[in-house]
Amino acid sequence: MAAMAVALRGLGGRFRWRTQAVVGGVRGAARAGQRDYDLLVVGGGSGGLACAKEAAQLGRKVAVVDYVEPSPQGTRWGLGGTCVNVGCIPKKLMHQAALLGGLIQDAPNYGWEVAQPVPHDWRKMAEAVQNHVKSLNWGHRVQLQDRKVKYFNIKASFVDEHTVCGVAKGGKEILLSADHIIIATGGRPRYPTHIEGALEYGITSDDIFWLKESPGKTWHPTDVALECAGFLTGIGLDTTIMMRSIPLRGFDQQMSSMVIEHMASHGTRFLRGCAPSRVRRLPVGQLQVTWEDRTTGKEDTGTFDTVLWAIGRVPDTRSLNLEKAGVDTSPDTQKILVDSREATSVPHIYAVGDVVEGRPELTPTAIMAGRLLVQRLFGGSSDLMDYDNVPTTVFTPLEYGCVGLSEEEAVARHGQEHVEVYHAHYKPLEFTVAGRDASQCYVKMVCLREPPQLVLGLHFLGPNAGEVTQGFALGIKCGASYAQVMRTVGIHPTCSEEVVKLRISKRSGLDPTVTGC
Amino acid sequence: MERSPPQSPGPGKAGDAPNRRSGHVRGARVLSPPGRRARLSSPGPSRSSEAREELRSRLLGLIERSRVVIFSKSYCPHSTRVKELFSSLGVECNVLELDQVDDGARVQEVLSEITNQKTVPNIFVNKVHVGGCDQTFQAYQSGLLQKLLQEDSAYDYDLIIIGGGSGGLSCAKEAAILGKKVMVLDFVVPSPQGTSWGLGGTCVNVGCIPKKLMHQAALLGQALCDSRKFGWEYNQQVRHNWETMTKAIQNHISSLNWGYRLSLREKAVAYVNSYGEFVEHHKIKATNKKGQETYYTAAQFVIATGERPRYLGIQGDKEYCITSDDLFSLPYCPGKTLVVGASYVALECAGFLAGFGLDVTVMVRSILLRGFDQEMAEKVGSYMEQHGVKFLRKFIPVMVQQLEKGSPGKLKVLAKSTEGTETIEGVYNTVLLAIGRDSCTRKIGLEKIGVKINEKSGKIPVNDVEQTNVPYVYAVGDILEDKPELTPVAIQSGKLLARRLFGASLEKCDYINVPTTVFTPLEYGCCGLSEEKAIEVYKKENLEIYHTLFWPLEWTVAGRENNTCYAKIICNKFDRDRVIGFHILGPNAGEVTQGFAAAMKCGLTKQLLDDTIGIHPTCGEVFTTLEITKSSGLDITQKGCG
Repeated sequence: MAAMAVALRGLGGRFRWRTQAVVGGVRGAARAGQRDYDLLVVGGGSGGLACAKEAAQLGRKVAVVDYVEPSPQGTRWGLGGTCVNVGCIPKKLMHQAALLGGLIQDAPNYGWEVAQPVPHDWRKMAEAVQNHVKSLNWGHRVQLQDRKVKYFNIKASFVDEHTVCGVAKGGKEILLSADHIIIATGGRPRYPTHIEGALEYGITSDDIFWLKESPGKTWHPTDVALECAGFLTGIGLDTTIMMRSIPLRGFDQQMSSMVIEHMASHGTRFLRGCAPSRVRRLPVGQLQVTWEDRTTGKEDTGTFDTVLWAIGRVPDTRSLNLEKAGVDTSPDTQKILVDSREATSVPHIYAVGDVVEGRPELTPTAIMAGRLLVQRLFGGSSDLMDYDNVPTTVFTPLEYGCVGLSEEEAVARHGQEHVEVYHAHYKPLEFTVAGRDASQCYVKMVCLREPPQLVLGLHFLGPNAGEVTQGFALGIKCGASYAQVMRTVGIHPTCSEEVVKLRISKRSGLDPTVTGC
Repeated sequence: MERSPPQSPGPGKAGDAPNRRSGHVRGARVLSPPGRRARLSSPGPSRSSEAREELRSRLLGLIERSRVVIFSKSYCPHSTRVKELFSSLGVECNVLELDQVDDGARVQEVLSEITNQKTVPNIFVNKVHVGGCDQTFQAYQSGLLQKLLQEDSAYDYDLIIIGGGSGGLSCAKEAAILGKKVMVLDFVVPSPQGTSWGLGGTCVNVGCIPKKLMHQAALLGQALCDSRKFGWEYNQQVRHNWETMTKAIQNHISSLNWGYRLSLREKAVAYVNSYGEFVEHHKIKATNKKGQETYYTAAQFVIATGERPRYLGIQGDKEYCITSDDLFSLPYCPGKTLVVGASYVALECAGFLAGFGLDVTVMVRSILLRGFDQEMAEKVGSYMEQHGVKFLRKFIPVMVQQLEKGSPGKLKVLAKSTEGTETIEGVYNTVLLAIGRDSCTRKIGLEKIGVKINEKSGKIPVNDVEQTNVPYVYAVGDILEDKPELTPVAIQSGKLLARRLFGASLEKCDYINVPTTVFTPLEYGCCGLSEEKAIEVYKKENLEIYHTLFWPLEWTVAGRENNTCYAKIICNKFDRDRVIGFHILGPNAGEVTQGFAAAMKCGLTKQLLDDTIGIHPTCGEVFTTLEITKSSGLDITQKGCG
């Protein structure tokens, strides 16, 4: 059984934070002008690499240190951080695999004579995805080399406010000093360590993309990552999601519930209002999960091949010895506190990306923040990062793209009577011949009610939501009004034209179903 | 000279102003300025737009309620001539002397917004804007003026629309919503091959809808290939069944036809499946399939007859060739196909046919996708070529012969070079002509009522409120001269036209920066100017062009080629790097382009692109990280992944 292997590997996994050898007597060893580097970047993910490359381009002497602590299940990966290795890239590729499964089912309606059902081979997909990721790892190495950025595969911790000590795989230590230091260590999945068996038998998104064998029947206790469950269902696996409360916290709640509705109608099982209490290995090798139904108080169990925890992420700050440098973190989240210039409590130490308190945990945000930071440091720029109106897309089976305010947030900020929401249920043209259900294809635009009705937020649920949302994000950035969007001529026949055809307001109570052409 | 009794200046009442000279015309009444009251009661500058709005609605109210309104200036000899004309006809007019009222200048301004005419006299008869002095006299000589002067109620309908396509239907529905009595005439003249279809026009029946669905079918063929790389396992050779696909698509179209019928009925629009042609002013003849004729009259007309594919005019073309009118409902697989033309229709059809595994050749007289950015057009073509579509450049067919009958049969095509004397011969199962389209404007009696068309193109010139030279006749859609031939444009302009005619709206259709997408195998989306056009308008040295090749994430694992998808923006250096042209070649180009088009409406600049955060990983995000300018000559090929 496929998933047995997964769990067995887990038995041997270790999860321990490496205790740091604190090197004494080096404090003050490097003075300004004598330091090794102009810029030292700790963490080789999207944000860190962007900083390093930008600084090198501006002629600075730069080093990047990156080290991937193996997951409790022993998964490790190369340079590039979460996005490339265990985030956006493998996720979108596996999402694409699942979408292709849907297209194979559509194909007979369009005249392609494919015998159904078509089975899916996890190993083949995983290998292809992993090969691509490895080529990206290599690409990042080459890019650093091309730009003469020094790269160290070492685990770093602060010695003092200008010096970092790195421990290589073999245990060898080196000291690196720099005038400016950027912390971009990102975050890692959280484990519910209070649940018996969670660590031993469960996996996280750090592992799923690197599994050699299909995870089989999976079970996700999650309130954030629906994407994994979506593609697992899409490639034909029996998938169950356990949610304690609401899905996609922070996103528009109407949209979120429609995402769930769509997933549920396409075979993902949901256990709502439940909390897991323990995970056990059965003699046959499968995992038995016990949970409590919060509403009835009753206990229930289920048997699965894989348990995937997706309950949030913790910043990778604990091993950095931040106190040695005097960098402040939030006591609640352990994330690093920065000002609008990304500077920490120590003026020449900065932080970008997921490790920073109160920032959106998104690759392009980290990249842009990093580049702007370096341009301010070395390029004479004074441009600050604008964290408003950051567009994003959730790659659930039916994609959800959004930019700007959710309806709840808009109402909270401006008051119900000042907000006008235009919405439409539409049917993508391609769904018609394929005979697909379009009940959850929906778009809504949240505007101010007073003319010219400034657009506050756009929410789009449907195929290619990411592609649709990107351009409108610019529109919102340009201060688009409802009237301006309506004056834009549609591109026919696309899904995105539904956005420029939004005429029905929620307030009117009229039926928002788009009919005809 | 005489004066009408004083009346209150409230809305709807046209009274004269005391101590002012009255009009020169017998029976004419001089009006008080409709905007005056609003101005007195709302002096603050913050309320000026409100006051203007009120002035506008008063003017519209006046036009709505008066049989004849003349906006005049007392010293203007042309105004005097017009006043005298109406006087001689014994018609009482409302005359507003703009030089004698306080708000004259503002009235004139608002009038020019409503009518697009800045000068006086400005004449309305029974709500129809006739124009100035010359137009009024022309209308008088042609008998139109006398027609207009007849009461509205004499007409069967407020509005008759000829043509039930995207533009006509949107106009009809909007007018009906605004409470007007509306008729739509729609009649599909069968193609030379005998194909005809239902209500909804080109887009629904023989255009965008079936085209995109067949494009989708071809994309699914590609997806099936990709899917093996993504772990889906099947070994059989997958074949495509034309009949299954066509039947499914035609079923969808039938449901749309039905939906249109239903929505017209719901809105109480009279729908007549007859061929409409003008016989005299305000009157058309409707001829049905059986040849029965019926006559209808209306106060106003909208022509929305659209276009039909053009034939070559060579031996055998109408007998043996098909066009896009026939392809989408062809009962059999077209087999080995020659596509003649390089319009977007030609390339799209060639693209999906090749996607089904058919042997496809495109015969091109000169350039690909005329009017589109030529760099992009060439890239579209070379992608197709790499994916099995053959191109025969600089050839035109001179004769088509049938070798064998059948479904499909066998046709021999003789073609000659456009540059020399060389001729070539080829045998195909199907020859699809896609060399352009002709406006359906020459057989609808336009000459009977004097509606001008461009004799060469057959297109109808209109002003910026879609009005033809005959004031009560309007036109929308593909038949308009110098306007984009796109469904959403027709829908928008039809709807806005109805709102202006019957809903006191002023909003005009904005034909600037209309986005569009060509659904070739690699889709091409664009908005704004092509590089050629931009250079022509702004000069090369004033432009900065940013561009990049890119590799969609989904293509990597699928093993599809790198350095094929391409993004380009054209910026005006002297207008804060404003984006004046947007071009993308890649998957889902239509979905990507739409939002950027909205952003261009709001004054998109390069800086704003740079400031916007990308959505990762998508294709659209490339526009937020464009760095390389064309003028730098730097390499834009992607090595590995950024």
